[in-house]
Order: sequence, then structure tokens, then C-alpha cells
Amino acid sequence: MDFVQNFPFFSIMLSMFSGTVCSVLPRKAAKWVNTIVISVVSVLSLILLVYLIGKKESYVYMMGHFPAPWGNEIRAGVLEAGMALFFCVIMLLSMLGGRKKLHDEVVESKHNMYYILVNLLLSSLLALVYTNDLFTAYVFVEINTIAACGLIMIRQNGRTIEAAVRYMIMSLLGSGLLLLGICMLYDLTGHLLMSNIRESVHMIMEDGTYRVPLLVTITLISVGLAIKSALFPFHGWLPDAYGYSTVSSAAILSSLVSKGYIFLLIKIIYRVLGFDVFGMSHIIDVLFAFGLMGMVFGSLNAIEENDIRRMIAFSSVAQIGYIYMGIGMGTQAGMTASVFHILSHAATKSLLFIAAIGLTDVSGGSRHFIDLTGAAYRNKWAGVTFTVGSLSMVGVPMFSGFISKLLFAQAAVQNHVKMLPALIVLAVSTVLNAIYFMKTVIRIYTPAQEDKYESITFKDMKSYVLALVCFIILNVILGISSQPIVDLIEQGLSMFA
Amino acid sequence: MSRLKPREEYEKTRAFRFFRWLSGSKDPYLGEVEMKPQEEWKEEESVHLDHIHDHQALRSRIYDTEHNKKILFFYKLYKLAAVLFCVGLAALLLYTVSYLPKTGAADRPANNEVPARYIEKGLQETGAVNIVTGMILDYRAFDTFGESNVLFVATVTVLILLHAKKNGKGEEEQENDRIFEPKNDAILQAGATILVPVIMLFGVYIVLNGHLSPGGGFSGGAVIGAGLILYLNAFGFKKTEKLFTEKVYKWVSFSALTTYCLAKSYSFFTGANHLESHIPLGTPGHILSSGLILLLNICVGMVVACTMYTFYVMFRKGDF
Repeated sequence: MDFVQNFPFFSIMLSMFSGTVCSVLPRKAAKWVNTIVISVVSVLSLILLVYLIGKKESYVYMMGHFPAPWGNEIRAGVLEAGMALFFCVIMLLSMLGGRKKLHDEVVESKHNMYYILVNLLLSSLLALVYTNDLFTAYVFVEINTIAACGLIMIRQNGRTIEAAVRYMIMSLLGSGLLLLGICMLYDLTGHLLMSNIRESVHMIMEDGTYRVPLLVTITLISVGLAIKSALFPFHGWLPDAYGYSTVSSAAILSSLVSKGYIFLLIKIIYRVLGFDVFGMSHIIDVLFAFGLMGMVFGSLNAIEENDIRRMIAFSSVAQIGYIYMGIGMGTQAGMTASVFHILSHAATKSLLFIAAIGLTDVSGGSRHFIDLTGAAYRNKWAGVTFTVGSLSMVGVPMFSGFISKLLFAQAAVQNHVKMLPALIVLAVSTVLNAIYFMKTVIRIYTPAQEDKYESITFKDMKSYVLALVCFIILNVILGISSQPIVDLIEQGLSMFA
Repeated sequence: MSRLKPREEYEKTRAFRFFRWLSGSKDPYLGEVEMKPQEEWKEEESVHLDHIHDHQALRSRIYDTEHNKKILFFYKLYKLAAVLFCVGLAALLLYTVSYLPKTGAADRPANNEVPARYIEKGLQETGAVNIVTGMILDYRAFDTFGESNVLFVATVTVLILLHAKKNGKGEEEQENDRIFEPKNDAILQAGATILVPVIMLFGVYIVLNGHLSPGGGFSGGAVIGAGLILYLNAFGFKKTEKLFTEKVYKWVSFSALTTYCLAKSYSFFTGANHLESHIPLGTPGHILSSGLILLLNICVGMVVACTMYTFYVMFRKGDF
């Protein structure tokens, strides 16, 4: 076995261990440990990705001395390594961009806890990405949920506590449904290991026994994960949670936490239930319909919103709708588009949150549109970055959003039944996106009548600008050199099966 | 100035204009393009107050269940729908359960090679007489590590929510934490004097014998935590502060999780790379046996006890 194959295990353990270490370190040291660990994990994931691209096949890694159905096991393929790399990069940039705000908004004595939560969240995301066992996935879903609650309420004002309570109730409901689903699946198949379950599910489908419980299981798992990733009718917790928490938390929650659950769902679809079995159940049509509704209603809510952070949060509902629409198409092309949109949305949404905070900071901390007039002149870097993010969200060529819309449209054309609704809603949603994002861009570039607020210059925000520039580069890379990335996603998805 | 180009020529380049725009000395649009600031819609104070008043009046009319029968109907419908939904979901799940394999039947799918190996070979492979402990701390130790981290992250979250620093709130409230409770209750103290040592010893016994008899880190830790809470209730914070402060909590959970992490990482690494692990399993049945399990049980027990006690203290007072 090559030494590189140990890297998934190293990444998970390192980020978990660093969470423990942060609890006893002084504040500054904890900050550095956090940054260094995330960077090290990204480098490890990058090396693993290169190794796997060369090797062209996935491998399983035994956690301990006992082989798979008895002991724990993790699995790494191109898609897993790529996702891990991407998640680490986004997390690093989000932390970098929100660092100054963290100092302003969070009590100093609780900074250590913030870094603990971020490290544990990273470890749980990595474990969700790499796991090959449903119960391990559930354990790390728990860590993910609790850590996300902590990230929301660490900025302590009434709104965030309310948002955290709401998030916790909804998210625990989702976890509960997921756990019920896993229990039933265990009862039906006698396994928790993904590949073994798939064999048993295949046999169940051939025998024709246990059809009803299998359908209910698929429903419970899909609905549970849909609640946790804020698919349209279950998105009630989302705007407050993203809108009022400190900005790094908002960026991490919107671009990583919900994506981790969607990735788990995709993994379950491919590796636990089997793509065909999932495609034959009608749950896929329900996900498709909810996705379409989310695309429209999320955007409509965003248009109504008068608060820039909540507007971006509602835009997330629409974008999650896109992802579920792709999953709901039931074709390989749709799934590829969804996975690409996970990347593209994660890169763009964290960028928008980080840029929006720069704009509100030069507007006296107010998040209302009327006060943001001319904010892009007062903080030029944030203004340009916000414009880039908006263009990407609307789907202008050169940016990542365009590619994902193109992929969705191509996938829709291949599916005869779902083509018309998908294309129409895609068009409507694009127009709605354009309405609220362009409204914001015009507003921030409208000169203010009197200079009420002070401008900010490059000197005062070096690390912030660095984060913004990296975000823009990431977005443009996804937009321009999309073909190799799409190829990698397709290769990774075929390794799943 | 060490510019290659003369000043006039440099001012014509794009770079100059870009940096001029960046530094804010000149707006490229100002004077070139006609721009009109948007007129801001302003409301007079009295009109604004009227609006608020109207809004409140409207709200009180709408939500007045006495007069608005429709809202009453809606409330009832809402409750009814919620009940129906829950009953429907329960019925669906019960209906599904009737299709599941029968509990205890010999041919049910869960009765396969996985539990068979745990039962047949568990003792030789893990050295633990208690198969359950052998399963959670050796076969599936990674899940259990995740689980102890769940407890850790839960404690951190509760600390974020409830931890109040001494200088924050009124000092009196802090000192007088037993203001609403009987102070120095003689019966409670006499009872605790007898019970606490027994409970603590029993907890330690459960933890240390986790690999030999029913129990283990989770249950033993819960017993120790309960003993600590009883001690706190009987004798107050003055006594427990000597034993258990924030620093102690930090270092105990840190050392427990670190030990678990390092010990198990060694075992994972050797296992996955097919190296020989140099941890002796010992004679099954002895207290010093079954490899790492005893050590891991102690770690888990410490984490659980700390978590329980910290939860209680945080909800009670907000500080250690």
C-alpha cells in the first residue's frame, strides 16, 4: 500500500485532534493552529487527488485491524479527494475573510471555542466525504449539526440565539429521520457498510420482498437530508441562521455544511441504494418538483428582502433548488451538473457573504439597501468582488455560475419528460436572480448624495482583500477551465458506481 | 522617481487610471457620464406614526380571536392539521414496521456473518470478555471516537451559550447561587456523605471493569458525573471549586481525548498498513487485559463525567 493512501485518515484525525488541542491553547496560537491545519489538510487532499487521478481507481482504507463489515472503513476516489480539497480551500478563505469581523462580533474569551468548532466541523465534513459506512456518517452528521449550532450562536444577540434554536429543531428533525432510515435499512439488509447494503438492496429488488419498507426508507433518508440542506419547503431556518451569524459562520454554513449533506445524499444514492433503484422510486420526482419550486420561491423571497445578508441567504434557497433539480432529473448528466453546482455555489456564495460584510461595514453596519447607496465607492475591493459574485450567480459567461446553468440546461435536454419544466423554470429563475442581484449592484454603485460614511482603503484590510482576490480567482477558474473539472466529476461519479 | 516613462506618458496608461480609481482620487464616471442619485422617499414623522398605529390596530383586530372568527378557525385548522400529520406519519411508520422482518426470527437479514464473528471470535480478537465493549472500542473504535467528540463539541456549545464571566453579571447573584434553595440541608449532607463515596467508587468500578462485565466508559462516566452533581448539591460551589474548575475541565477532557486520539491513531495506522501492533491482549478476564480497551474506557469515562458535570453547572450558575 502506498503511503499516500493514508492521507484521508490523516486529514480526519488531524482536524479532529486540532479541535481538541485548541481548547487548551492561548487565543493567538489557536488561530494559527486552525489556519495551519486547514492548509495542511488542503495540501494532503491535493496530493491525494493527483495520486488518484494517476491511479484511475478508488480504494478502501481499513480503520483498524479488522476488515470491512466488522470494523470501520473509509473510501477515497477522485470525487472524494476533490471535494475535500475544495471544502478546505473554501473554509480557509472564509476564515481569512471574516477574521476581522470575528474580533468585533465575538467575545474574546470565546474565540478558542470558535476555532474548536471550525476544526471539528472540518473533520466531520471530511468524514462525511470519505466515509464508507452509514453509521459513521450518522455520527459525523451529529458533530456537524451541533458545531453548526455553535457557529450560529457564538455571536450572541437575540436573533442569533433564536436562529440557532430554530436551526437545531429543524436539523435534529432531519437527523432523526435520517437515523430512522438507517435503522430500517439495517433491519432490511443486516449491514451498515455501503457496498454490502447495495448488494442486499439489489437482491431485495429482484426478489420483490420488502418493497414497501424500502420505499419508506428512501423517503425518510431523502427528506431527512433535504431538511438539513434546506430544500425549499424546509428552508424556514435558513434566512436567520445565515443572515445574523458572524460572517465566517454564514459563509461556512451556506457553502459547506449544507453541501456536505447533499454530498452524503449523492453518495447514498450511488453507493447505498444504487442509482437505478433510486431512479425508479418516485421520490426522485418529488425532489425534482421541490427543487423547481425552491428555484422560483427562493428568488421571489430574495427580491422582497430589504436586507442584503438575508437576500443572499434566500438566494441560497434558490441555488439549493438547482442542485436538487439536477439530482431529480435522474440522469448522469443531471448529477454531474449538480455536483458542479455544489462547487460553483460554494465558491460564489461564500464570496458574496464575505463581500457583503465589507459593504455593510462602510455603511455604518446597516444592512438595508438604502444605506448601502454608494458603498462600492467606499470599499472598492468589496464592490468589485460583490459584482463578480452577482454576475456569476446570474450566469454570465466567464464565471462559474454560467457553466453550471449550461450543464443543467444540457442535462434537461437529455431528459424528455422533465425537459420543459426544467428549462422554463431555469429561465424564470435566471431572470429573477438577475432582478435582485442587479438591483443590489446598481444600488451599491449609485453615488451617495452626501458623504455620511468613511471610506476604507487597502491598508486597513489586507487579509480581507487577499481572501476576496482568491475567491475571484477561484470563481474565474471554475468558469473558464470548467472542462477538466467536469471530466473529473464524471470520472469520480463513475468510480462511485 | 525611477519611472521608465515620463510623467505625461504614464498618465495616459491604463495602469495609472486604474490606480487612480483605486486610490479614490478620481471617479472615472464623475463628469463623464450623467448620473443622478436616486431620490430617497421620505416619510413625514406624523404619517409614519399613523402607519405604525394603523398597523398595530390592524394586527390587534386580526389576531383578536373574540371578533375574528376566521383566525380562530385557522388556529383550529392549524392544530388539527398538525395532529393529522403526526398521526398520519405514525400510522405510515407503523404500517412499514409490519412489513419489516420479524424480531428474533432466525432468518432475518440482520442475523448474518457480522454478529456471528463478534460473538464467536470477539474474545480472541479483542481480548474483552464483554463483547459489547470489544465491539465499540475495538472493532468500531472510529465511531466511538466520533461519539466522544460529539460530547466534547456539545459541551463547547453549551459553554458558548451559557458561560457567563464573573465580571459580567452582578457579583451578588454569583455568590448567592443557592438563594432559592435550602442552604446546608442537614439530611441531604448526611445522605451525601454516605452516598457520594459509594457512587464514585461504583462509577470507577464500572469504568475499570468495562471490558470484563457490563458497563464501560459511557455508563461509568455517567455515574461519576451524577456523584459529582450530588456532591455539588449537598455542599455547594465552595467545596467543588477546590476540586473542579474550568481549568481542570479543560485539561481533563483535553488529555482524555488526546490519549484516545493518539492511542487509536496508532492502532488504525498499523491496522490499515498491515503492520504488527505491539499491544499485548493479555489474559482475558484479568483487569490488565484486552489491549487498549481499558485505557480507552478510562478516557471515555472522563469525557462523559466532565460533560455531565459541566452541563449541570452551566445550567445552574453559568460558571464553574
